[in-house]
Amino acid sequence: MSKEKSWKEASPAGVCWKSSVTYLTGDWKTFRPERDVAKCTKCLMCTIFCPDGAIHWKSEKGDIEFDLNYCKGCGICANECPAKAIVMKM
Amino acid sequence: MKTVVKQEIQGLNGDEAVALAVKQCDVDVVAAYPITPQTIIVEKLSEYVANGEVDIEYVCTESEHSAMAACLAASATGARVFTASASAGLALMHEMLFVTSGCRAPVVMAVANRALSAPLNIHGDHSDAMAERDSGWVQIYCENAQEVYDSVIQAFRIAEHLDVQLPVMVGLDGFTLSHTLENVSVLSDDVVKRFVRTREFPVVLTHEGKTVPYRLDPESPMTMGPVALPNYYFEFKRQQEEAMRNALEVIPAVHEEYAQLSDRRYGDGLLEQYALDDAEMAIVCLGSTAGTVKTVVDDLRAEGAKAGLLRIRTYRPFPAEAIVKALSKVKAVAVMERSMSFGGRGGAVFHEVRHALYDEAAHPFVLNYIHGLGGRDTNPSQIRRVYDDLREIINAKRVDGLVRYVGLRE
Repeated sequence: MSKEKSWKEASPAGVCWKSSVTYLTGDWKTFRPERDVAKCTKCLMCTIFCPDGAIHWKSEKGDIEFDLNYCKGCGICANECPAKAIVMKM
Repeated sequence: MKTVVKQEIQGLNGDEAVALAVKQCDVDVVAAYPITPQTIIVEKLSEYVANGEVDIEYVCTESEHSAMAACLAASATGARVFTASASAGLALMHEMLFVTSGCRAPVVMAVANRALSAPLNIHGDHSDAMAERDSGWVQIYCENAQEVYDSVIQAFRIAEHLDVQLPVMVGLDGFTLSHTLENVSVLSDDVVKRFVRTREFPVVLTHEGKTVPYRLDPESPMTMGPVALPNYYFEFKRQQEEAMRNALEVIPAVHEEYAQLSDRRYGDGLLEQYALDDAEMAIVCLGSTAGTVKTVVDDLRAEGAKAGLLRIRTYRPFPAEAIVKALSKVKAVAVMERSMSFGGRGGAVFHEVRHALYDEAAHPFVLNYIHGLGGRDTNPSQIRRVYDDLREIINAKRVDGLVRYVGLRE
């Protein structure tokens, strides 16, 4: 973690000097998604519903992948999954 | 040194003086919701817009909360923004006032100071603006319609100054100033436009590593006022305090630059002293009350009494050191104010004036007079009685009853 700025160094009004790419918001989560590969139909509904864009379609693998660096563990993917293939675990 | 420019006298009430000043200040956006006694301001402005006299984007919002939200958003894009409110409207803006100052948006707002309900009252006092004392806005209280006109023009320069970057409230007493016709000397459009200039922007570092002007621009996106957790929030609040400290320097400088054009001064822009140099007793007050106090001071001086007045024009930032200096030789001070802090020991202005004097070895007696709530008139004979009280206190060398009420039926 970089050194925190003093009030004299920080940008006014909290203008972000750090990109969200380098800010691993996945740190916040309590629950993480776990997928039952056998149940998953690869319909990709989860990739659409994820509010953080943290579920990616990997064409080279022909499968989805959870990016746990940015998944905040909200559970929307598990709720929306038509195949009930995702469960949230501590 | 600039010379005084030619001016035109117009018959304007305080609200019209505000609207005319805004018309001349090259404002881009007005977002407002009408409320008495401010309504004339926004009526007049929408009339200017409808007539094509100004190039203002006028946004009719559904509430004052939305009005201030729209002002903040417009200001964030780099626009020069104005709004007006009063009383319940200002109270409804409360949340957004903090967001606006926290985002360092230099919005200028006229507040036609009015009492807060209940009971419902549309008349003048300072309850509305005093309740927003800690919202991070610069607060200027005017004595007459001329000062209202001058202060609105100055407000844009103060708000947009690179060392300040804070929103500014210009207060005009409801009805006493907002609806009373006065002779107002008006500068020409081009002189005002030159004075207010175009808006300046501080430079900030964005998440892309670019240093850009602090305004929303699709070419270099930035997030203003995002979440700041316990490890950062405090630092941004300290920055706002620093901006207020800077305003103590900027306000007199802008005031003096304006005076070079207009030949009008209100003290140094922070405080106005009236017959205070050798005064033994003084009234401290805000707003239009000062006009009445000056008349009484003149009468008392003619009788040989050493009476003076200190008018606080700029209440936020609070010019504490200058107040101490101004009152250093006075023996007794009456702080007269038009709002209450229920359960407090007197009103907010009293607290701060008395607090400022605490460290002085030989500080004067300081007591509080609450007056003029809900538009109740404060007349010269009542003010004379305040000075009579001060004289008694000086002679008796003691104060009985620190907080008193003027014009209240006991």
